Amino acid sequence: MGRYVLRRLLQLIPVFLGTTFLIYALVWAIPQDPFAGKCGQRPCDPNYIAEMSQKLNLNDPLLVQYFKYLGNLITGDFGTTFNGVSVGEQISTSWPITLKMGLIALVIEAIIGITAGILTGLRKQGFLDNLVLVSTLFLISLPVFVTGFVLRLYLGPQGFDIMDTSVSSDPTIGELILPGFVLGSLSMAYVARLTRTSIVENRRADYVRTAIAKGQPQTRVVGIHLLRNSLIPVITFLGTDLGSLMGGAIVTEGVFNINGIGGLIFRGIQEKEGIMVTGIVTLLVLVYLLASLLVDLLYAVLDPRIRYE
Amino acid sequence: MEFRTRDGVAKVLNGVSYHVSAGETLAVLGESGSGKSVTAQTIMGILDMPPAFITKGTIKFRGEDLLEKSADERREVRGEGIAMIFQDALSALNPVFTVGFQIEEQLKVRRGMSKADARKRAVELLDQVKIPNAKGRISDYPHQFSGGMRQRAMIAMSLALDPELLIADEPTTALDVTVQAQIMDLLAEIQKERDMGMILITHDLGVVADVADRISVMYAGRIVEHADVYELFRAPGHPYTESLLESLPRLDLKGQELKTIKGLPPSLTNIPPGCPFNPRCPRAFDRCVSEVPAVHNLGMGRTSRCHIAEEVVARG
Repeated sequence: MGRYVLRRLLQLIPVFLGTTFLIYALVWAIPQDPFAGKCGQRPCDPNYIAEMSQKLNLNDPLLVQYFKYLGNLITGDFGTTFNGVSVGEQISTSWPITLKMGLIALVIEAIIGITAGILTGLRKQGFLDNLVLVSTLFLISLPVFVTGFVLRLYLGPQGFDIMDTSVSSDPTIGELILPGFVLGSLSMAYVARLTRTSIVENRRADYVRTAIAKGQPQTRVVGIHLLRNSLIPVITFLGTDLGSLMGGAIVTEGVFNINGIGGLIFRGIQEKEGIMVTGIVTLLVLVYLLASLLVDLLYAVLDPRIRYE
Repeated sequence: MEFRTRDGVAKVLNGVSYHVSAGETLAVLGESGSGKSVTAQTIMGILDMPPAFITKGTIKFRGEDLLEKSADERREVRGEGIAMIFQDALSALNPVFTVGFQIEEQLKVRRGMSKADARKRAVELLDQVKIPNAKGRISDYPHQFSGGMRQRAMIAMSLALDPELLIADEPTTALDVTVQAQIMDLLAEIQKERDMGMILITHDLGVVADVADRISVMYAGRIVEHADVYELFRAPGHPYTESLLESLPRLDLKGQELKTIKGLPPSLTNIPPGCPFNPRCPRAFDRCVSEVPAVHNLGMGRTSRCHIAEEVVARG
C-alpha cells in the first residue's frame, strides 16, 4: 500500500506539469499583445510595458517563462496582476469560501442523493420511485444557473420570502446552504440514480439472499450487507465530484454573487489577467488530482478484493 | 406455489410433499428448473413475494405451520431452526466482509455473544469444518479462500446457531470432483455428529447414492417418485427416474453410446396436460396425455406418480 501511494504521488508530477504547462501555454502564447487595452484608451507607457514584461518574464521563450513561473509557485509566490494586486492574497481570501461551498454541496448531494437512491432502489416502481426519477431527470436537464436563479428568486424576499438568499462577502455556513444545494443539485441527481441502480442490482445478489437466510434482521441485511456493496461506485463518484464542484462553482458563485474562486477566475478571464487564471487553474488541477488519488485509495478500503501492491 | 409473471402464471410447485426427521438425509433430485431449489427457498421463506405466491399448503417444522407465523417469527427460525447453504459459496458470501465477520455476525446479533466469545466460537466452527489454521484464516476475505474452503466456511456459518435442519442446495455443484467428495463427507459427518436433519438438493445421482437415506425425485414442480435410496437404485418406480438412471455413465457399458433423456423439461408456464413427463416418456400411452396420474403407493413408503408405476417397478 505504501509503495502504491508513493508511486501514485510520483505519477502526479508529470500529470501536474503537463496540465499546468498546457494552461500556461494557452494563456500566454496567445498571438496577441498582452498589454492591449490595459491602459485605457491610450497605448501603454513603454516604461510600464518594460517593467511588466520583466516581471512576467515575457521576453523569455515560453518554456523558460513557464519554469520560472513554476519556480515562483513552489516558493508560494503566485505573482501579481497587471494592476499590482497579489494573486496569492486574492486566492487566500476566496479559496476558503469556495471550498466551504463545495463541501456543503458534497454533503447535501451525498445525504439527499443516497437516501433517495436507497428508498427508490428498495421499492421499485412505486410513487416515490417515479417522483425521484422525474425530479432527477428535471434537475439533470436544467442548467445550474437556471436552478440557481429560480431558487434564489422564489425563496428570496422578492418571491415567497422563505429565506434570505443574499450572501455576504465573508459568508457563514448558513448563507452557503442554498448556493451549495444549487451547486450540488446536478450531481445529487446523478448520485440518486447511481445509488438506485446499484441497490437494484445488488438487492438480488446471492450474498443478500444468504444474509436473509441467516435470519439477520432486515435493517442489517440492507444497512450492512446490501449498502456496503452498493455504495462503492457512489463513493467513487462523490470523490471525483469534489474536483468538478470547484470548477462548477463559477456559475453558482455568479448567480449568488459570492466572492469565491469562481468569481475570481471569471474576472481573470474577462480582464485578461493571465497570471490570475493560471494560478487558480493550477490550484484546481491540484485539488482534482489529490481528490482522485484519495478516491483510488478509498476504493481499496471499501472493496477488499482490490489490493494495491 | 406460483410465480405470477408477465408471461403468465408459472405453477412452480404443485403437490410437493416430503418430510425429514432428525438425523435423516432426504435427497431432492431433479433437473434444473424442476422446482427443487424453489421448494427449499419456500421452506426458508426467502422467496420474494410477489412475484411468488403460495396458494395453499403447509410447511410444518417442530409441529407448527411456518406459513401461519409472522415475518419476525419466521426470521427467528432461519439460522436457528433451519439453516441453508448455497451452491456457489463465492457469490453467497459477502465479498466485502471477512469470513470471520460473517460467522460472528450470527453469534453476536442472534445470540448476543460478546465480540471475544463470538470470535472464539467462530474459530471452533471453522475448526469443525476442517479449515486448516482456522485462527489465522478467520480474518481473510472470501476471495482469499479456495472454492472448497469457501464452501466449508459457508457450512461453518450455517452451523453457527446449531440448526436442527440443514438445507444444502447443490452444495458441491460449483466444485471440482475431488473436493465434491470431501464436502459431501464433511456434511455427512457433521450431520451424524449433530443428529441433524438434512435436505440435500442435487441433480447428481452419484452424490445421492452415498449420503441420502431417502430420495424425492422432482419433475416440473411435482414429486414424481419418492423412495428409499436402496430401493430406488434397485428398481425405479417412475419412467423419469428410470431414464435418469439409464443416463448415468457406466463402466461396464464402455464403448456404447450414452443414453440421454430426449427433449427438454417443460416450461412451467405451459405444463403439458396429463402427466408432465409424457412428451419425453418412453412408456407413454394415451392415458398419460389425458389424465394426471395419481400417487401410487408401492409399499414401504414408496410412492410414484405414474399410471403404470407397479409395472415399472416390477420390470426394474
